[in-house]
Amino acid sequence: MKKELFDRTDTPLRITIIYIILFIFCVLSIYPILRILTVALRPGNNLFSTSLRIIPSDATLENFKLAFTKYSLLKWLLNSLIVASISTAFGVLIAIYAGYAFSRFEFMGKNIGMSMLLVTQMFPATMMLLPLYLMLIKLKLAGTYLGLVTVYISTAIPFNIWMMKGFYDTIPKSLEESAYVDGANITTSFYRIILPLAKPAVALVALFSFMGAWSEYIVARVLLTDASMITLPVGLVNMQGMFSTDWGIYSAAALITAVPVMILFVALSKYLVGGLTLGSVKG
Amino acid sequence: MGSNKIKKKSGSFNMAQGRYTHLWFLMPAIIIMLLVVVYPLVYEIIVSFKNVNLLNLKSGRYPFVGLDNYKSIFTDGIFYRTLGRTVIWTFINVTFHVVFGLFLAVLLNRKLPFKGIIRVILILPWAIPQYIAAITWKGLFNFDYGTVNIVLNKLFGLQIPWLSDASWSFAACIITNIWLGIPFMMMISLGGLQSIPRELYEAAEVDGASHWQQFKNVTLPLLKPVLTPAIVLGTVWTFNMINVIYIITSGAASEEAQILVTMVYKKAFEYFRYGYSAALSVVIFLILLAFSSAFIKAQKLEN
Repeated sequence: MKKELFDRTDTPLRITIIYIILFIFCVLSIYPILRILTVALRPGNNLFSTSLRIIPSDATLENFKLAFTKYSLLKWLLNSLIVASISTAFGVLIAIYAGYAFSRFEFMGKNIGMSMLLVTQMFPATMMLLPLYLMLIKLKLAGTYLGLVTVYISTAIPFNIWMMKGFYDTIPKSLEESAYVDGANITTSFYRIILPLAKPAVALVALFSFMGAWSEYIVARVLLTDASMITLPVGLVNMQGMFSTDWGIYSAAALITAVPVMILFVALSKYLVGGLTLGSVKG
Repeated sequence: MGSNKIKKKSGSFNMAQGRYTHLWFLMPAIIIMLLVVVYPLVYEIIVSFKNVNLLNLKSGRYPFVGLDNYKSIFTDGIFYRTLGRTVIWTFINVTFHVVFGLFLAVLLNRKLPFKGIIRVILILPWAIPQYIAAITWKGLFNFDYGTVNIVLNKLFGLQIPWLSDASWSFAACIITNIWLGIPFMMMISLGGLQSIPRELYEAAEVDGASHWQQFKNVTLPLLKPVLTPAIVLGTVWTFNMINVIYIITSGAASEEAQILVTMVYKKAFEYFRYGYSAALSVVIFLILLAFSSAFIKAQKLEN
């Protein structure tokens, strides 16, 4: 039998309409991103143009070079890499363990704990930012990465724990139980059996934590005052000068910033379906 | 057997759980949450009863002013207008996120050549850093050179002052944020749809149910456990979404395009009224807490 391309119930007319709708949404989805490319490829003397072409006729890579020479893009990239890596490492490690406890163990305050994690999502960004800012000033730690990393870890953890818990829930308990029968203790069964199975969820959680820290602007803008310490988002937004903006250079820098995380995201996106299990809210 | 004894004692399904095992796993999370969530939260509430401004910021001694900060919030008309705008902002955004996200998920949840690549293209707005998306859309909304006006001009002869007029820039922010949020809801819905067994639809078809009836009576009820937490989370995130509005409205007279969180941010870090901002943060938190518990309770009652 020939393998069918479409569902049996779908008529050709319906398939056509579906493709048209999906095409429109794809264009809307990708156009703004392609627009960054267009502006990045434009030579400096051709900033204001009403052309809607994606690849300009006089395309040049000059702006990508200027982003590194005229601005300290490399420094910002390194700063962001440091901040994002530390935040991710802690955010993931903590969630791996806590999620397991919420998934497998019975203890007092389990449901309240899960709800409290959801409640932390309700703090406005400034709610943590302001007291941390005041505390850091008191402790004379303002302008170090400590405060920034702390904020990033604490914002990532609740979502990470929810995701990990949801994923552990899908792993059958019989796996561990048979390991216990064979004499394994909880540590071995966790590291040898559960954690390897949970790799997709760990990858997702790491991705979200990294992206969160890599792309955060609002908190970094307040906490980092030293020009040599600013992270990518602050640097990029600052490139928009008061009176004139090097849009071409800015766009090149934006692409250099965004493309690596976008590739990571797309590569891991197959885990998003099914891996993104928030579980049901119990309160 | 030792493990059996433990099982009996703790009444747990997990044979290997000792009395304190869960604490070992939870300890790092508890410590960091106490340190960076609970402590700042308490501190924030304390600061909201004090007068903290640029002059006394470094001294660390803040005079106690009782409910003054809260009074000046609730007696100012701008709070109520901004609250109203925040509710509109959240409602429109979340509605569009869910409707479009679910719609696209339903379209993609079938055999369809090129499905994989379409899905990748559709999630790109989620993959791009938000501030870059916001700046890019700001460029698209430019009066003379932005794509939006060029297209509108060609089609309808319109040119809209997206960035200079407060209401239009609020609309621009909404469009940008809708664009940003659809992929999340789409992926959540897609995951939920794939867990619905095909047989249910086949049974419904045998019973002569139309596609709309199938959607209403099979798909929606079964998606509810997946969509409810996603909607709560989406609402909270949108309510507190600071990037889009802050970046798109910056550089313009924009008091009438702000939502509560951007107002807090501006009051704190542009006008340096820290005590007032702390009080406003507490108010925002209480609003969201009330909404979420009411929403979850309502969902539970329905079941």
